[in-house]
Amino acid sequence: MTAIAVPRTRDTLPRPVEAAFEFLRLLSRRPSGLIGFIGIVFFLLLAFVAPVFVPPQEQSNVNEIYQTPSLQHFLGTDNSGRDVLNLIVQGGKEILSVAILTSGITTLIAITLGSFSATLGGRVDAVLVALADIVLTLPTLIVLIVISAFARPTNFVSLAIVLSVLGWAGLMRQVRAQVLTLKERDYVEAARSLDLGLFHIIFREILPNMRSYIVIHFVQGMTGAIYAQVALIVLGLVPFTGNNWAKMLYFANSQGAFYFRDAFWFVFSPILAIVLLQLSLVLFVNALEDIFNPRLRSS
Amino acid sequence: MVAQQFPTAPRARRARRILGYWRHPILQAVVKAILTVFVTASITFFLIRLMPGNPIDIRIADLTKDGLMTYEEARAQAASLFSINLDAPLPEQYAEFLGNLARGDLGYSFVSQGTPVTAIVLAVLPWTLLTVGTGLLLSFAAGVFLGLFAAYNRNKPIDHILSLGGSLISSVPNYFIALLIILVLGLQLRWIPITQMRGTYSSGMQPGFSLDFIGDVLIHASLPITVFFLASIGHWILSMKSATVNALEEDYVNAARARGLSDGRIMTAYVGRNAVLPLVTQFAITAAYAIGGSILIEQYFTYQGVGLRLNAAILQRDYPVMEGIFVIVTIAVVVANLLADVLYTKLDPRIGRAGGATGR
Repeated sequence: MTAIAVPRTRDTLPRPVEAAFEFLRLLSRRPSGLIGFIGIVFFLLLAFVAPVFVPPQEQSNVNEIYQTPSLQHFLGTDNSGRDVLNLIVQGGKEILSVAILTSGITTLIAITLGSFSATLGGRVDAVLVALADIVLTLPTLIVLIVISAFARPTNFVSLAIVLSVLGWAGLMRQVRAQVLTLKERDYVEAARSLDLGLFHIIFREILPNMRSYIVIHFVQGMTGAIYAQVALIVLGLVPFTGNNWAKMLYFANSQGAFYFRDAFWFVFSPILAIVLLQLSLVLFVNALEDIFNPRLRSS
Repeated sequence: MVAQQFPTAPRARRARRILGYWRHPILQAVVKAILTVFVTASITFFLIRLMPGNPIDIRIADLTKDGLMTYEEARAQAASLFSINLDAPLPEQYAEFLGNLARGDLGYSFVSQGTPVTAIVLAVLPWTLLTVGTGLLLSFAAGVFLGLFAAYNRNKPIDHILSLGGSLISSVPNYFIALLIILVLGLQLRWIPITQMRGTYSSGMQPGFSLDFIGDVLIHASLPITVFFLASIGHWILSMKSATVNALEEDYVNAARARGLSDGRIMTAYVGRNAVLPLVTQFAITAAYAIGGSILIEQYFTYQGVGLRLNAAILQRDYPVMEGIFVIVTIAVVVANLLADVLYTKLDPRIGRAGGATGR
């Protein structure tokens, strides 16, 4: 499981740029992966750049409630007459921020616990593995509902922390398994005999060899974070003041718009946005697995 | 016997024998399962009590909502209604809870006075097990078959269609599948009579082993089953495909080919069996995931299963019912895990010898 072997042909370019080119070249051979990558870039732009140019629309308009798509409102209007397209443009930032933050925190926890567990071994290892097994068997969403009921995450950072509490276990076990095999390699033995210390061994010798693994799980973690946070928000357990795709669905549900035929686009648009974002992430992950796993790459 | 001449020997041997049992993967898995249930029950016990509001406050708010009752009247009524003591110190409540749990007693509901939690849970659990279980088993069987098929037809159009379709369907959260069925098939196209399919069976149906009743139950269960089926099939197709592709390159497959074994035998006994192994352990995790997701799906379909009942209990802060559902769901998942572990040792003889049935 090593990172992509970069052929050092373009000597003029710095290594990261060269690696990026090589990565894009490998990606371009996989149409679905490329679509996923483009989708992710699109959603990042939509969520973080587009709101800068499109002012949010606070005014409600009682004359234009639940309009079907038209030239003025490409995706129709919501229960208070606001333009759905505008809401979609404004509503991506929080979802993506929470997803990226949650995945970052869980990946960090998983890597730290997994690598320490494997290198330290013994009782620490046994306790951490048992803990991970317990977390894995918990019905995550149900526990998250209870946690968010008392933690009441009011901003996206606290929501990300709540979501991270249970998300680390799967990756932790895989990191541990990986480190256990890497630990036996010669270069780690060499580092140990040189007495370079645990931190050096983990962060300088072992983890760099797991880069591809970590990247894949970071993106996968984002899909999990989106699944959980949308569920919590739709259930009304996250008292956010802002506007996001999941919040739109929460309002649609509480206003009874699910069963209102003309409100179809108001309900369908945030679903479509979330599903397309998830799809982009999944397609990208599949392509990454392809690229990083030479066995799958061969033919 | 000879051992009796050496007083330390039998003790050492017995110790070794007990240790030997302890090393046995299935026993280890059982101990871990009991520990998991205990830890989950404990964590949720305290988490639930950390939630803001308690059943009495919520009932008072409910009674005073329409202005027909003053706060004092409502308080008196609520206090008489709930013969519970929430003022007892938390450790005392916890000790009592654990003691009852060890005897298999989950206590009584706060809100529906006098109803044992066990009865409440047993009334809703079969419905969730029916829908989640059927959906997951069907999707596992279909996914494994399709994944194997895709791997054997690697890079042909059918492989691309299956892989892309698998990615597509697995990226739709399960509760959105439910919502889309309601929105598109139920309301826009009107192909499915959504409102008539609510609940676990039609009102007026007499529960029993009649053909009418079973058919009615299946019609009502079909939507949740479809959701659980669709939500997990993509994962199985993709995992099975990549596991099969890996297995196909193993030396023992080449060796089997060289020995002139038939392709069918290689596919079932060599490739399929090895590829399906890692998926078995994933099954329990998927079950935990699906039961968690049932809370939203059952709400959308108004299906009276564990998820819907749990949501009601959370809103009413009915502590014993919440705890009971948590404990039962955890036990269900842990048992599924345990079965997966046992099945794993059966499928992979290496594990039984080397110890450690945790897979992966």
